[in-house]
Amino acid sequence: MPSLKDLRNRIASVKQTRKITSAMKLVAASKLRRAQAQAEASRPYATRMAEMLGNLAAGVAELPEAPKLLSGTGKEDVHLLVVMTADRGLCGGFNSSIVRAARQRIARLRAEGKEVKLLCVGRKGRDMLRREYGDLIVDYIAGVAGKRRMEFADARMIAEKVSALFDAGEFDVCTLIFNRFRSVITQVVTFNQVIPVQPPEAEKPEEELGAVYEFEPEESVILGELLPRNLAVQVYGALVENAAGEQGARMAAMDNATRNSGEMIHRLTLTYNRTRQAQITKELIEIISGAEAL
Amino acid sequence: MAEKLAFDLVAPERLLASLEVDMVVAPGVEGDFGVLPLHAPLVSLLRPGVIRVYEGDEVTKRVFVAGGFAEVNGRGLSILAEEAEPVEEIDPEEARTRLRNAEEDLADAKEPEEAERIRLERAVAVARARLEAVEQPV
Repeated sequence: MPSLKDLRNRIASVKQTRKITSAMKLVAASKLRRAQAQAEASRPYATRMAEMLGNLAAGVAELPEAPKLLSGTGKEDVHLLVVMTADRGLCGGFNSSIVRAARQRIARLRAEGKEVKLLCVGRKGRDMLRREYGDLIVDYIAGVAGKRRMEFADARMIAEKVSALFDAGEFDVCTLIFNRFRSVITQVVTFNQVIPVQPPEAEKPEEELGAVYEFEPEESVILGELLPRNLAVQVYGALVENAAGEQGARMAAMDNATRNSGEMIHRLTLTYNRTRQAQITKELIEIISGAEAL
Repeated sequence: MAEKLAFDLVAPERLLASLEVDMVVAPGVEGDFGVLPLHAPLVSLLRPGVIRVYEGDEVTKRVFVAGGFAEVNGRGLSILAEEAEPVEEIDPEEARTRLRNAEEDLADAKEPEEAERIRLERAVAVARARLEAVEQPV
């Protein structure tokens, strides 16, 4: 049976916890709004880029001199997984669900006899994967996921690293693993294969737009510029989605924590009051029976 | 000319402009080109330079872009720019300093690697075009 003092301390400490979690929830909510606005704002560029790429890729993909970023190296022996997580914890299952998906994918690829390399973006993912797959991690980028505002330059930096590895022949297939933001409570772990480029869905046959484009300069030159840019755009999209997802997950987790500590405080207060009454009653009984004995 | 041209200017981080205009002149790598309504479908690379937006015969807007892509299709003109700012917001002094810095960076880099050299040369070209943009008369 805990003493009254223990209970009092316990209640005080849970109250402090609740203050912190509810503050974190509010902060996450405001950051979420910003992150969502950013995700929204980045969409027009990404969709137009995808359209343009679709138009171009259709004509060039069959040519033998098609850029490697588009057609791949012709093998798929070495896979690079770009695991994108947050830099911070306390956001529910956000990081661990990404890492779990990454582990499953690694196991499957290995079972198929493929080689796997990892590039970790975000501290949490690296920390969790380091113990088991430390030797697979080729690079680690920190300090991007925690930023107040995602910048395109960050995405470009990551994309440049990836293409440098690709040009060096370090891998054949590159997949981004990140959380797609669906709503505050649901984030969906998403695999996005960026190298070789998955041709966008054959789109809009009703508009016969793609047929007669003029290109200036040639298609292949434009494509050469467009593909690295597209990689950066994909990475940027993933970063922004992830940022929104992280804040959403944190908000949900902190909301839960706040509610739980509220319940706990209620329960503890009840026990405290009962114990206090029991003690008073006991003392009274002692006094009364003492007086009667006289 | 009743027909208007739908013109979108997009940067990776946001949509910068979405307008109905009469004509846009864009800096293609193989020379400036004008886009009027009902222009034939075209995809072009852009060099660092100025996009001019025309309403009637007047230039109503001048935007500097550091490069990007232009696509004309049945719906209008979309420009995907990497870096874009309205010309009137560029500070000539700052533009001059930036060009000087970029040139110094290029001069300082001794025997840079191929990729590094390309990057530095590009930075100089962008800075130069930016300064020209702000200095040239409308």
